[in-house]
Amino acid sequence: MNLHEYQSKSRFAEFGIPVPTGHVARTPDETYALARQAGCAVVVKAQVLAGGRGKAGGIRLANTPEEAREHASAILGMQIKGHRVRSVLIDPAASIAQEIYLGVANDRAEARPVLMASAEGGVEIEEINRLRPEAIVREHVDPVAGLFTFQAVRLASAMDLPRKHWRAFGQIVAALVRCFEESDAELAEINPLVITEDDSLLALDGKMVIDDNALPRQPQLAAMHDSSELSGAETMAREAGISYVRLDGQIGCMVNGAGLAMTTMDMTLLYGEAHGIGPANFLDIGGGARADTVATALRIILSDENVKVVLCNIFGGITRGDEVAHGILTACEEVQLKVPMIIRLQGTNAEEGRSIINEAGLSGIYAAGTLTEAARMAVDAAGKNL
Amino acid sequence: MSILVDDHSSVIVQGITGREGGFHTRKMIEYGTAVAGGVTPGKGGEWFEGKPVFDTVESAVKVTGADVSLVAVPAAFAPDAICEAAFAGIRLVVCLTEFIPVREMMKVMQHVNQTGCRLVGPNCPGLLSPGLAKIGIMPGFIATPGNVGVVSRSGTLTYEVVYALSQAGMGQTTCIGIGGDPVIGTSFVDVLRLFEEDPQTEKVAILGEIGGRAEIDAAEFIREQMTKPVAAFIAGASAPEGTRMGHAGAIIEGSEGTAASKIDALRNAGARVAENPEQIPDLLR
Repeated sequence: MNLHEYQSKSRFAEFGIPVPTGHVARTPDETYALARQAGCAVVVKAQVLAGGRGKAGGIRLANTPEEAREHASAILGMQIKGHRVRSVLIDPAASIAQEIYLGVANDRAEARPVLMASAEGGVEIEEINRLRPEAIVREHVDPVAGLFTFQAVRLASAMDLPRKHWRAFGQIVAALVRCFEESDAELAEINPLVITEDDSLLALDGKMVIDDNALPRQPQLAAMHDSSELSGAETMAREAGISYVRLDGQIGCMVNGAGLAMTTMDMTLLYGEAHGIGPANFLDIGGGARADTVATALRIILSDENVKVVLCNIFGGITRGDEVAHGILTACEEVQLKVPMIIRLQGTNAEEGRSIINEAGLSGIYAAGTLTEAARMAVDAAGKNL
Repeated sequence: MSILVDDHSSVIVQGITGREGGFHTRKMIEYGTAVAGGVTPGKGGEWFEGKPVFDTVESAVKVTGADVSLVAVPAAFAPDAICEAAFAGIRLVVCLTEFIPVREMMKVMQHVNQTGCRLVGPNCPGLLSPGLAKIGIMPGFIATPGNVGVVSRSGTLTYEVVYALSQAGMGQTTCIGIGGDPVIGTSFVDVLRLFEEDPQTEKVAILGEIGGRAEIDAAEFIREQMTKPVAAFIAGASAPEGTRMGHAGAIIEGSEGTAASKIDALRNAGARVAENPEQIPDLLR
């Protein structure tokens, strides 16, 4: 789960990291009031779960409250990478002497968090890594023992940070690592961490990604989830415990298992790409395929009006093909399916499942044998319906 | 021959009296796996399907001599269960559990690495050495004994390929799902090394997906150390960047973890890469 900038920075503040005293506004008038209250130049920042806000014009400096109101009018409602801006953060503007990058992320291969720092902050870490990888210094953090003080000193020294800032920097590093650990974060990033002209350190921008698996034990963070960023279908899927990601193709995919679900999407693109046809979604219905789960999954898939055909691919391991077939037929009746559906069953009792589907004789429902055949049939059907 | 488990493996199930644990214990016994007993704290002294239940892994090992444990307990208890097994001298722990926080798994790996224990998983379907033993949830009927080793990050995709191999008359030595989480106990490279060393395994199928760099490391190992032919499939070519695709570990971050980069690396390492998992048997002929 991604946190907004203002949420990340308030979390940082809880761990003692100095952040600007900003507030969130949802209207231009609120922005005006906050800017007046600040009594200085402010930065109006789009709060949206997407990168590249600056380039999209979502971050603007305002010298007066009137200017802040104008900026807010322009930014609120703006689309940044498909996300609508619903709120802005009003931060007092800072005088910047130097921009530093400081972040903690999980190093999957090492099975340890890794601290990354660079004296060349302000741009994305991927960008620094591409242009000047030697400008990034790293320290792995022991997941059991935590951070050692000397590791922050090593970072400060390796990045040639002026000595007078080492103490403050060390405190921020330690706080960020604690914040990362205690939030079950996958990423906690300050970019930039600035040295101001009056020689203090300040976290101007913040980004946190929380491990979804940890949300049950992080109720405070789970409550920060911004459901306005989810579509109706995504909310329905979340509530039903179905994994769903909407894409922009025409073939609605319903599959059991994440790996097979991705593979099924890939197959529709493999055979459909030349005709402009591809997957409309990722959807994993999980183990089993009970009629009610299948019905919910179908509703989710069909809520996307781009869907011209549904491709259902179930590998029966523990679940039996005949049970799955009955479940699908019941669900199709319940949902009143109006687009063709290709059903491919494999595994336990797959033969029986296929004959149940064929014998039901429902129009628009076809059984396929192999995955290749199923994907080709779906592409054909989508082509005819375009 | 097989890797990691065979008909001499003596298995205990942690969570044997639970719904999942109990269900799969029955399936494993049906398959012929030597299930020696199980562990459920507070239920020591009871019996399940004629197998003794113990309060601790230590007592289960002492009495039964088990060398393998299957962890089938909820995410909140699984990290503890894995460590308990490792500290009790279990040789191989297979953890099915999904939704364990990454931070917990990182701590678990620190502890497990201090022992001689190997962990497979978490969030994995387990292992199946056809005709010898099944440890986990892979459906037994899809596999037949033979000389292909199968390793995968996924569940049903593995079944799909194992089934296709069996249908094509190509049996398997061992089928192993290493798990879909970002931090797992056994990597592709670990399994490839075991298959390379196993005299009966003649060919290997590797099924990867987007996210992380495990397949890139696997490609390097294939290029430098594998003598046996390898066929591969990478799932997620159609997945968008920055979005998690079901598995906690299946996410493309920046340019890292794309299907294209993994396919290139495997191809350059000499592996035969399938566009479609149903091509795998043909690529191994």
